[in-house]
Amino acid sequence: MGNHSDGTPASSGAVAKAGHEEVEKFQDPGLPPHRLRLADTDPKAAKRAERQVAILFGISVIGTLLFFFAYFGIRLDQTLTTLQLQNMFLGLGVGFAMLGIGTGIVHWARALMPDHEVSEERHALRTEDDRVAAVQIVDDIIEETGIKRRPLIRNTLIGAMALAPLPAIAILRDLGPLPGNDLHHTLWKAGERLARDPDGTPIKAADVTNGSVFHVIPESLNNLTEGKLEEKAKAAVLLVRLDPSELHPSPGREDWSYNGIVAHSKICTHVGCPVALYEQQTHHLLCPCHQSTFDLTQECKVIFGPAVRPLPQLPITVDSEGYLVAQSDFHEPVGPSFWERG
Amino acid sequence: MSSATQSPYKAKTSTGRITDFVDQRVGGSGILREFGRKVFPDHWSFMFGEVALYTFVILLLSGTFLTLFFDPSMAETHYNGSYVPLKGLQMSVAYDSTLNISFDVRGGLFMRQVHHWSALLFVAAVSVHMLRVFFTGAFRKPRELNWVVGGILLIMSMAEGFTGYSLPDDLLSGNGLRIIDGVIMAIPVVGTYISFFLFGGEFPGTVIISRLYMFHIMLIPAIILLLVAVHLFMVVVHKHTQYPGPGRSDRNVVGYPLGPVYAAKAGGFFFIIFGIIAFVAALFTINPIWNYGPYDPSPISAGTQPDWYIGWVDGALRLMPGWLFNIPMEWNIPLPWGVNTLSLNILLPALVPAGIVFILLFTYPWIERWVTRDDREHHVLDRPRNAPTRTAIGVSGFIFYCVMWAAASSDLIATHFQVSLNDVTYWLRALFFAGPILGFIVTKRVALALQRKDREIALHGRETGRIVRLPHGEFQEMHAQLDDYKRYRLVSYESPVAEEGIPNENGIVTKTEKRRAALSRFFFEDRVAPATPAELEAGHGHHEAIESAEEHKPVSRY
Repeated sequence: MGNHSDGTPASSGAVAKAGHEEVEKFQDPGLPPHRLRLADTDPKAAKRAERQVAILFGISVIGTLLFFFAYFGIRLDQTLTTLQLQNMFLGLGVGFAMLGIGTGIVHWARALMPDHEVSEERHALRTEDDRVAAVQIVDDIIEETGIKRRPLIRNTLIGAMALAPLPAIAILRDLGPLPGNDLHHTLWKAGERLARDPDGTPIKAADVTNGSVFHVIPESLNNLTEGKLEEKAKAAVLLVRLDPSELHPSPGREDWSYNGIVAHSKICTHVGCPVALYEQQTHHLLCPCHQSTFDLTQECKVIFGPAVRPLPQLPITVDSEGYLVAQSDFHEPVGPSFWERG
Repeated sequence: MSSATQSPYKAKTSTGRITDFVDQRVGGSGILREFGRKVFPDHWSFMFGEVALYTFVILLLSGTFLTLFFDPSMAETHYNGSYVPLKGLQMSVAYDSTLNISFDVRGGLFMRQVHHWSALLFVAAVSVHMLRVFFTGAFRKPRELNWVVGGILLIMSMAEGFTGYSLPDDLLSGNGLRIIDGVIMAIPVVGTYISFFLFGGEFPGTVIISRLYMFHIMLIPAIILLLVAVHLFMVVVHKHTQYPGPGRSDRNVVGYPLGPVYAAKAGGFFFIIFGIIAFVAALFTINPIWNYGPYDPSPISAGTQPDWYIGWVDGALRLMPGWLFNIPMEWNIPLPWGVNTLSLNILLPALVPAGIVFILLFTYPWIERWVTRDDREHHVLDRPRNAPTRTAIGVSGFIFYCVMWAAASSDLIATHFQVSLNDVTYWLRALFFAGPILGFIVTKRVALALQRKDREIALHGRETGRIVRLPHGEFQEMHAQLDDYKRYRLVSYESPVAEEGIPNENGIVTKTEKRRAALSRFFFEDRVAPATPAELEAGHGHHEAIESAEEHKPVSRY
């Protein structure tokens, strides 16, 4: 088959070939005749358009006044109602002020300014001579530096240039501390009481009725003076009480719950959103961010969605006063995966 | 007569004298001669780029106002402003100052809403503008580099949007950052370190807002401004493209002169955009951060949505199954120094779809150029139907994007339409693969059908709805022939044919060349050739017979 740019003899009648265009393609009839607008021929229409433009500009003036009326005239009294009222009139004022100008100008341009479409030649970006000269100049410059003939210079320069930006990366080192072991530990430790989020009052096992849900933090969290949010982002726990017969603990975890009360990390093992939605009927936990679904009766195994790992379980028991306490920290890092997690 | 420094030319009007005054001091006459009457083609679809530019200006204006009051500190404070429900609550200074802008700075809420709505519109305008450029083939030589600049601008505008979204430090944006942190930590080897460096320690830390603030108000806007300047400079160098039509060719540019008509229309359009955004900001609440409360890693609300332009990435995260037929997508890899974790359930959706979209986007001009071996300059646009394969590829990519975008609202789709969330996800997973393919096939067929219809109309005219009875009793509908101008619009396109591989100088068709030939077949095997004068001529005899039988009723229309 031929192609339409190599100039070989025609082999396909369907496509226009270079040099054959005149016979095979429709001729460009040129710009269509110009059609006059009403305002071009009728002075009355022109006058009317002029008035319309002026009215639109007038609307803009009214809009600006409306803005000042709303700004000074509407008193805010700490309620959302007055705030929204003021916001609405400020916005309507600005809106009319801008739209009045905008529509006025566009109407002016469309109705009264000349609407002759003009044809302008495109000039070639550069001539053939320019192109040759430009390539020649670049070649000459490269040649005069001698970089191609002196590989020693070239290679050492490349080496130096490759290394020189490294300080720019290294200097960013102090942006933050190294991860260390931080992600492997939380505030939970043996004997740490489970407390309500956010007020920090400890929870008695007797308060946890069947089917109820508690959002839990370590009792000592609220005593922290700094790093509170960072600790909370790891230590947040969801506490649920099920019928003990519905739990299916794996070997070694039989005593991690207390009377059917189980505590699991609330931080999603996908990308770390709080898994805060509990479906009472199915005992499923749902992450509202990406819909990972965990089954409480199977140690929070993933049954749907993008997460892979179950929500880590916090082993709990009760202390002598009947308060729920942790037996230890989580046995694995909580939250999203990371390279060093292992 | 002394040869004083008197300029021989004197302007006659007062505006002329001012122009001349400026010109003699800063020398703008050359520029004015070049630009004052520069011709710009007019078409409604050229408006999207303008919308993008104007919303960016509005963003700069409203953003500057907001910086006067916003404090990006994450230091803890207790709220003591006008919004009663949050009084006394512990929060960051950033959130506190955002509340103050909303409740205690008059017009502050309005400016926040203007800023947020403009941002949403800005990214939308950039995206739609890019779609327009793609579907009309405006990225072809000599505009490939400007297409690349546009692509970078799209990425930058998304980054600008996300950094801004995070600044108020409210519950919603905090959870957005949490997700970003989770994605960063999934990066092999360096992820944990990047996370710790970015957040200055463990998430959320106390520095992320001020760091994002620097990106949001300085670095990214500076890059965007620079790229916008480059983008517009190249538009001037290339001159604007134009749609095909009578009197328009690759050698000219037809439209209105910059002064006054085009400048007035474009300038007026800025005010119209500003006015519309002001109306929207007046009437529709966006991001009512006071409802969400300050950021806290433990609570969350159901049905949370990111801003629309982040949706497709978030949706991809939702679509990815953690377990595929009992195979976990996260692996613990035993290595000599210990066990490391590779989270493909996060890495794949975060990187692969976006990677595919942007790599194809950036390389597409060169792919098409390689397939067509077309080295000519193109200033006349393609109507999308006249490049069926390109249009189909574009729609296919668009569907790919939209499926992920829809997935970001999978929970809302489920609750609004009362269907199972799991089913929504399963369907979207299927559509993720099937949608682009179906979209490609359907679009290509539709484009080819439209081309055939164009051919039909060019050759036989349009249907008039007039039924005529011929002398021998046959009924026939009259067709009105198009005038030359309208017909030219339908026939003035190119329809390349599929190429065989071309042998090199040794007479061998190389592997690369074979691949090119295969792609060429993929692109151009199905084609509709434009109607030719000869075909019109051939059809005319038949038509004139009918028309003469109908005593030459005037059916031509213009």
